[in-house]
Amino acid sequence: MGLGPHDGREPREPRPRRALRLGIGGPVGSGKTALVAALCRLLREEAALAVVTNDIYTTEDADFLRRNAVLDEDRIAAVRTGCCPHTAIRDDISANLDAVETLEDRHGPLDLVIVESGGDNLTATFSRGLADRQIFVLDVSGGDKVPRKGGPGVTTADLLVVNKTDLAPLVGADLTVMARDAERVRAGLPVAFTSLRERPDAPEVVSWVRAVLAAHADA
Amino acid sequence: MDAVLLLLADSRLPAGGHAHSGGLETAAATGVVHDLATLTAFLRGRLATAGLVTAGLAAAACAHAREPAGNAPPGGAAPRARTPDGWERLDAEADARTPSPAQRRASRAQGRALLRVARGLWPGFVLDLPAGAAGGPHHPIVLGAAVAAAGGVPVRAAQIAAYGAVTVPASAAIRLLGLDPLGVYRVLAGLAARVDAVAAEAAASVRAGGLPAASAPALDVFAELHDRAGTRLFES
Repeated sequence: MGLGPHDGREPREPRPRRALRLGIGGPVGSGKTALVAALCRLLREEAALAVVTNDIYTTEDADFLRRNAVLDEDRIAAVRTGCCPHTAIRDDISANLDAVETLEDRHGPLDLVIVESGGDNLTATFSRGLADRQIFVLDVSGGDKVPRKGGPGVTTADLLVVNKTDLAPLVGADLTVMARDAERVRAGLPVAFTSLRERPDAPEVVSWVRAVLAAHADA
Repeated sequence: MDAVLLLLADSRLPAGGHAHSGGLETAAATGVVHDLATLTAFLRGRLATAGLVTAGLAAAACAHAREPAGNAPPGGAAPRARTPDGWERLDAEADARTPSPAQRRASRAQGRALLRVARGLWPGFVLDLPAGAAGGPHHPIVLGAAVAAAGGVPVRAAQIAAYGAVTVPASAAIRLLGLDPLGVYRVLAGLAARVDAVAAEAAASVRAGGLPAASAPALDVFAELHDRAGTRLFES
């Protein structure tokens, strides 16, 4: 299953140029919000940005982003998911589409809208109707077997990020095993190993997003 | 009921309903609903009030959408146009029956989502709402128009609205309280005849030129409390 670009059919009137929609998913605590914050800090000078968060519980993620002032407050919207974060990004994306379009109407034209999912399990992926591209964020503390276990998030995301590499020695996770397994289950799709604690600027991920943005602008 | 109408009644319809609890989240948080017996009482009350009102609005919207635009009625009187005025009036009637601002926002958010679905199903689907309907059309009004687009009659629109009035909070109760889903569906089956009766009453009221206006102050208060709550899983 490839996660190709959006088919371009818009439920509303066609827009001259719509922002790239980037989904960021992964389990609770893997570093999704820290990655969103890093992307905002590093890309906000060169790209018009907005963020939609899908908190499981509260508006904690949106509040974190606002508190850290990575974006103007009104460029961050929070969607509630009725206990089902995967439903809101995959089966019934209406609230997320509504939030994305509201941000585009309010601040457009935008270059990039990041949709951060609520923390979920390994089977959660974004609908192609919501995200043009998606990043799945794991961390090493779940054990080095996680990439091997696969699941649609791990196997099909356009970029797999394995975060908290600084913890690997502490939790007995072998990064070479994770890299080898990830390569095998992802059939060559890219993987980035990060430690957002040690390198809050996540250079590999930022370069990947820059390349995706450039391709979107050319399309 | 035609299968296309079953699609509109299905909770899996991607129209945002899964993230709404119809006041159940606050009812659960305050302990008002905590088991199958209290859930049954909550659903009966909601069906008789909010359920009847949304059923009436859906039936009226369906009847309005089915009126032939510009066709002269028998007798040669002035043509009955399917005017934007009609939608504007229904929008105002829905507002008048929804005193809680949080509930109005929830209804319009779900209306926007259902409108998106309806446009996906029927590319020519339009709803001539005035620009003044800020935040989008009310959910039962879009539902009524969608049922008409699917070839359904007002009582079917009322039935789907009344059915949703109990299934949305019932589904939230399963997720929030961990109630036995078999038990919850036993409760829903026990309410099915009431759902049909409420739909019939709403449709009859609309046929007679009326529009039900039952109120549920507790649900209004729950909606406002929910809007102010710090921790919430559902949009409403």
